[in-house]
Amino acid sequence: MHDPIRMPAVFFRLRARLLEHIDMPLFLIVCALMLCGLATVYSATYDANNRAFAQLINMLCGLALMWGVAQVPPQKLMRFAVPLYVLGVVLLLLVFLLGVRVNGAQRWLSLGVVRIQPSEILKIAVPLMLAWYLHKHEATLRARHFAGAALLMLVPFALIAKQPDLGTAILVGAAGFYVIFFAGLPWKVMLGAVAAAAAAAPLLWSHLHDYQRRRILTLFDPSTDPLGAGYHIIQSTIAIGSGGVVGKGWLEGTQTHLEFIPERHTDFIFAVFSEEWGLLGNAFLLFLYTMLVARGMMIAANAPTLFSRAMAGSITLSFFTYIFVNMGMVSGILPVVGVPLPFISYGGTAVVMLCLALGILMSIQTHRMLVKK
Amino acid sequence: MRLRRPLLRSTDSEHDRFRFRLAVSLAAVLLAFGVLLARFVHLQLIQHDYFSTRAEDNRISLAPVTPNRGVIVDRNGVVLARNYSAYTLEITPSKAGDLDATIDALSKIIDIQPKDRRRFRKLLEESKTFESLPIRTKLSDEEVARFAANRYRFPGVEVQARLFRQYPLGPIASHALGYIGRINKRDLETIEASEQASNYKGADHIGKTGLEQKYEFYLHGTTGYEQVEVDAGGRAVRSLARTSPIQGSDLTLTLDSRLQEIAEKAFGERRGALVAIDPASGGILALVSMPTYDPNLFVDGIRTDDWEQLNNSPDKPMVNRALNGAYPPGSTFKPFLALAALESGKRTASQSIVDPGYFNFGGHLFRDDKKGGHGVVDMYKSIVESCDTYYYMLANDMGIDSIARFMAQLGFGARTGIDIEGESIGVLPSPEWKKQRFKRPEQQKWFAGDTVSIGIGQGYNAYTPLQLAQATATLANNGVMFRPHLVRYITDSHGQKTLIEPEPVRTIPLKAQHIETIKRAMVGVTREGTGARAFAGAEYVSGGKTGTAQVFSLKGEKYEGGKIKERLRDHALYIAFAPADKPTIALAVLVENGGFGAQSAAPIARLVLDYYLLGKTPKGAAPEDATAVEAPPPEEE
Repeated sequence: MHDPIRMPAVFFRLRARLLEHIDMPLFLIVCALMLCGLATVYSATYDANNRAFAQLINMLCGLALMWGVAQVPPQKLMRFAVPLYVLGVVLLLLVFLLGVRVNGAQRWLSLGVVRIQPSEILKIAVPLMLAWYLHKHEATLRARHFAGAALLMLVPFALIAKQPDLGTAILVGAAGFYVIFFAGLPWKVMLGAVAAAAAAAPLLWSHLHDYQRRRILTLFDPSTDPLGAGYHIIQSTIAIGSGGVVGKGWLEGTQTHLEFIPERHTDFIFAVFSEEWGLLGNAFLLFLYTMLVARGMMIAANAPTLFSRAMAGSITLSFFTYIFVNMGMVSGILPVVGVPLPFISYGGTAVVMLCLALGILMSIQTHRMLVKK
Repeated sequence: MRLRRPLLRSTDSEHDRFRFRLAVSLAAVLLAFGVLLARFVHLQLIQHDYFSTRAEDNRISLAPVTPNRGVIVDRNGVVLARNYSAYTLEITPSKAGDLDATIDALSKIIDIQPKDRRRFRKLLEESKTFESLPIRTKLSDEEVARFAANRYRFPGVEVQARLFRQYPLGPIASHALGYIGRINKRDLETIEASEQASNYKGADHIGKTGLEQKYEFYLHGTTGYEQVEVDAGGRAVRSLARTSPIQGSDLTLTLDSRLQEIAEKAFGERRGALVAIDPASGGILALVSMPTYDPNLFVDGIRTDDWEQLNNSPDKPMVNRALNGAYPPGSTFKPFLALAALESGKRTASQSIVDPGYFNFGGHLFRDDKKGGHGVVDMYKSIVESCDTYYYMLANDMGIDSIARFMAQLGFGARTGIDIEGESIGVLPSPEWKKQRFKRPEQQKWFAGDTVSIGIGQGYNAYTPLQLAQATATLANNGVMFRPHLVRYITDSHGQKTLIEPEPVRTIPLKAQHIETIKRAMVGVTREGTGARAFAGAEYVSGGKTGTAQVFSLKGEKYEGGKIKERLRDHALYIAFAPADKPTIALAVLVENGGFGAQSAAPIARLVLDYYLLGKTPKGAAPEDATAVEAPPPEEE
């Protein structure tokens, strides 16, 4: 027996409160990506062990987390920078000392029932830490601060690279670098670093063992090892190419369903999508990602503080990095490194971390007026 | 607050620099996405056809479907070779990884004996790459179920339903049938040379000897193909299209398996050969080589110990004596020489000699078997009593060239053309032959004395039992010679029969009167001569001739069979045809080291003729219809 006129008002107010810190364009883009992801995970796994439902749960958890984080103003987020960073580095050290070895790499830390991969935390903790650090010294930003930031980035980078997990290390390093870049690292320094690296490369090459060189060469030319490392890339390019313009249709990919594509619900899921949806599907997916990146950059452009700008810029470019590295790898123009495709690849940790980043973006976007006031 | 104002201004310029950097990054992002899009266009538009083909190649595999091998039956429809289905446990070595570990693990759930392992090792050495090889055959249902439950533990190991060749009569007629075995590298070369390579995809057995080898391409059939979708592990997921195989043609033989069995039993433990031919067609009724072997042993790859036993036996069971044994014909040569004499005009039937018990050739005495000689001997008596002196003189009178020319017409010293591979030529002695055979000039010269021993079927004479049987059949058939053959007709998968027409090799222009003389004398052998005892009481009239071929020459000593070692004893021979007026069977029997032909060879011929002409089975033999009951698959273990 409620008042029939007051009901909508309550509803609208509730809705307004719920959506207060949600950035609608970003939310809609991500929802579209997640739907694509669910459909592809379904196709990649329905033959044996269907993971679409599990992925839906992951996504819902992620969205809830995103909502929660979006409520927290950036100033408060900054407080998490140091503890999160310290926690991440400590966990990495623990992994180094007593981690679980899976497939020859020591990446996991066993906590009784669950195993966690601390390097995932660093994907957020490093940019957060760097953005906080540089923000703190904003007024007196000098070369030594950039050097300090670089050091803060390199410690976890080295620990992750040592696991060895070069893919994640690069992503963590990239996220950190983007923060430094957006904080205003001089172009001269960057160009100098690039020049130095180019000069050092041949020297480094001459010091490598033959097997190490061969491994690097296989990274760039998989056809030299068609039954080993190259097999994945050869099969995934076949999947993409055979998809043609319109694709083979959902659930119809032969490369997928006859198990020619390895890791087809995780790192190589793009081959599944591409085989079944073709060039049109790929273009649509790239369009969605471009929108995501563009929206992220708009948020960064409007962000009021150095912390929020650097954070928003870094998160956005990190998304781009995941997308480019993954698609480049699966389509055979980049070496194989284990990077999931955002919102498409199956995996709880990845989805949750991405949503956490989205939450930060939304928080930056929806709290900027408050800061200006 | 005052302090912050200038800072805020500087933040504004910072903000512009930041936006510039943002714009640079956006440009980089768009460029990168552009590269990706270009890559997708390249793969999915420009190279689409190429990748489609590769995806189809990945997906579709052509699996050959092996046809059922043709069945072999005898002239009465008794099955001699057939197929049955059984489960085998097979390992594909290229997929299985550590073979020893795999086999050890398998032996915990399925009984695998050391002999199975040895056989597997042997197959592995001879195998083609990527072939799946049986480790155990004839699995029980329980074993199949046990393996199925554990299958995931054994990559590269599978249970297959396979057709197996089986020879229900076991060792009977094995030398005629031959056997099939697994295809080895040499067989592969043969297959490729025959342009049948595509028809042998997926096949793992091939005829190795005998009829199984000779009629391989009829028996094998036409391989079918199944288009299957396979997954990355190479497992067939579903069938897309199928071309059914055409099963191999069936062979119906001229051979009478019952006759064959009786003949083989008649040999008992003795070694030797028997060939029985239908003179009017050349169809072979029985082809015996004793001892025999069980062809079933060879089908899945023979076990090492079985092979060694067969291969190392002094009795040489693997040798087909009927085709590959060359023996002096002994006195069975005499009727043919007599015929040659009549035809050449060197002798008439009534011309007689006086036999003093020896033939004095330039001071060298060629002795007769009978001390004191046979007295006055005409042609009839020379055959009936097997007088050597008569033939020493005859051969000497005719000369070697004339003898060799006539005997060549009867097929001596030439391949008969029987439908089994590898028959021997034998030796039809002549001066030319001797010249080619020997190297040193003093050995190459033909001596007149050589001709004298030829007369009684000794000396360099050496013929296969098949040649002897064919010559006898030709005589029985009044000079019309047919190519001996074992297959009567071939029935293809549609039931279309192709009759193997009797193939006349030649008609020797013999005078009927001469043939009559010889045949009459050979009938005399069975009535009052050397074969009389063996053929006493026969209810038919047959012609025959005994023979004893020397293995070991005893200089001047009297031959006493019982006193010398078994292997040095003479070979016993007998040739026969019956019924005498219109022969339906002609045969040659040889018993190695059997002593006198009359003693050991003639009784075998009697048993064979009794069965063939009268349907009489020897005492102790199984009743006639026993072979018609199909034997169950042999239990090996």
